[in-house]
Amino acid sequence: MDQYVGQDIEIVDVGMRYEGSEEYAVSDINVYIKPGEFFSFLGPSGCGKTTLLRLVSGFLEPTKGKVLIGGENMRGIGPNKRPTAMIFQNLALFPLMTVAENIGFGLEVRGVSRADRRKKAAELLELVDLPGVENKKVSDLSGGQMQRVAIARGLAVEPSVLLLDEPLSALDLKLRQHMRTELRNIQKRTGVTFIYITHDQGEALTMSDRIGVMSDSGTIEQIAAADELYNEPETVFVADFVGENNRFISTVRTANNGYAVVETSFGQQLTGINPQQLSSGQQAIAFVRPEAISVLEDSKAGENIIKCKVKSISFEGAFVTIFLDIGGNQAFFMRRHNNGSTPFPEIDSEIDICFGAHNTRLLGTGTK
Amino acid sequence: MRKFRQDAMRSFGSFGITFIWVTVGSWLIFMILLPQLIMLDFSFRPFLPLRKIGGPEDIYTLKNYIVLFTNEFHRAIFIKTIWTSVLVTTVALFVCYPIAFYLAKVARGARFAWILMGLIIPYWINELLRIFAWQLILADAGVLNKLLLAIDIISNPINFRAGNSAVIMGMVYAYILFMVFPLYNAIESLDRNQIDAARDLGSSWLRIHRRIVIPYAKPGIAVGCIMTFMLAAGSIAAPQLLGSPSSFWFSQVIYTNFECANWNQGAAYAMVLAGLCLIFIFAMLKIFKVDLKELAK
Repeated sequence: MDQYVGQDIEIVDVGMRYEGSEEYAVSDINVYIKPGEFFSFLGPSGCGKTTLLRLVSGFLEPTKGKVLIGGENMRGIGPNKRPTAMIFQNLALFPLMTVAENIGFGLEVRGVSRADRRKKAAELLELVDLPGVENKKVSDLSGGQMQRVAIARGLAVEPSVLLLDEPLSALDLKLRQHMRTELRNIQKRTGVTFIYITHDQGEALTMSDRIGVMSDSGTIEQIAAADELYNEPETVFVADFVGENNRFISTVRTANNGYAVVETSFGQQLTGINPQQLSSGQQAIAFVRPEAISVLEDSKAGENIIKCKVKSISFEGAFVTIFLDIGGNQAFFMRRHNNGSTPFPEIDSEIDICFGAHNTRLLGTGTK
Repeated sequence: MRKFRQDAMRSFGSFGITFIWVTVGSWLIFMILLPQLIMLDFSFRPFLPLRKIGGPEDIYTLKNYIVLFTNEFHRAIFIKTIWTSVLVTTVALFVCYPIAFYLAKVARGARFAWILMGLIIPYWINELLRIFAWQLILADAGVLNKLLLAIDIISNPINFRAGNSAVIMGMVYAYILFMVFPLYNAIESLDRNQIDAARDLGSSWLRIHRRIVIPYAKPGIAVGCIMTFMLAAGSIAAPQLLGSPSSFWFSQVIYTNFECANWNQGAAYAMVLAGLCLIFIFAMLKIFKVDLKELAK
């Protein structure tokens, strides 16, 4: 696969406002994507992820800022001249052509002979693990097969960057999970830079080297590797959006040494990490992951202890979710492994739960 | 089929179904089938004075059809009508394809509405009047000649109506919608991403049209061509009003025959024209590899 050369992408101060619109669809985007990296943009639908992808592919020109691919400014260069290939959400395979013709289309454009196109198509079908379907009609393929053909078609033009616009969203769950691994493998084998757009955090977390989380306002909240994103969210949006979290609206009382003590709206004092160096009197939200919470009898550790009542229990096989009542409308739940022997607390029983200060993250509610 | 019958029975009742059968059936028989059969019968009988009709000379004959081959003048008009109709169809296709593509894939909102109105409003006016308007435009002292003279492109007025050019222009304009709408319908349903994908893979606009849009729009192209050709071949107003004696149309020959009471000859020619159109339809379907079923869509 030495014909592929992944290139880096630099998105500098990019903002995009559509004609006739007052607001920017995306703004203040600054990202450096390394050559050969698998980079995902994760965000809710309508956050401007697709706009960003179209800015990189050349279907849109940014209103502000610039996009560089391989160090070269892409302004004024159309999508047909950029070293990128796009995999569309609906794949956009050409229904009137055979599989081989689909894959060979980009080569046909470049004047490659029919025989060479066929050879290349066969090679690429091998790469995406779907050999021998050259002469099939696109409509005769299954969803997963179409997926592979679309990727082969994109790779046929030997792009430096492959842009993927939620290509797995149309597949059923099993196939989707399988294709994640497959995509990752193809990316590793070719070394092409992948930019992947998704609203599915499972996809983003499992496949990507790094992830850029985007919020509804079309800005990037945080760029980090999957584990960092999950364990150390930098903003309230990321803490809410990635994974499941308990959130307590609270006010900072004292702060020192990277930690702070807050008082929650229901009068409980909690100690937590204070990454934004919030000071006394500021509003904060205390986040704690459900799996970081344990029942006090099970473990002696934990700076934060809360007395609560068991509301309901949801058994999910490998783990158990316990919904807790701590007064008011405050939603609160913990998650525990099912080791088969530890009994579950009884419903309506009163228990003490605890969690460590290092598992409690205090984030300011103000803008970043 | 049984389910269909049961559903129909449930929604209309036996009286309703009988009513539908009788009305649709009689419409088909009396308005379409019978007149055509009478024309067919006429076309195979000789043209006779009134008193001899039903007499011993009133026998079936191919005479009326053979005239087309023996009468050089009529044959020439027939061939010219086919050729010019093909020309009208081709010109209409080239003019309408960009319009249809623009409407289907580029124009949005207000602009789309304006173009659509511009196309449709002229059709609120009678075809005859539209062609009269072209007469005014193309006349020796007409708008177009005046314009060309004023900006010094020509020094003497062009006689547009001498050859076929006025007829062709008039017809292309008269039938533009019949080409635009089938094309628009076909292109409109093309997934925008297909065009983007082709572009992303490096394709030029020309190739996108050649490889993606046109193959997809084939059924629309076939329908548009069929409609335009049939309307052009059977047209009478445009050649009558815009044509010179040299641009006599086959439909005018048919008309003249009926006018001169030679219904038999007229009927035979009308049958030939109908046959020609049928052949054209099947030729188009064959060329564009379109199913009869797809046309109905």
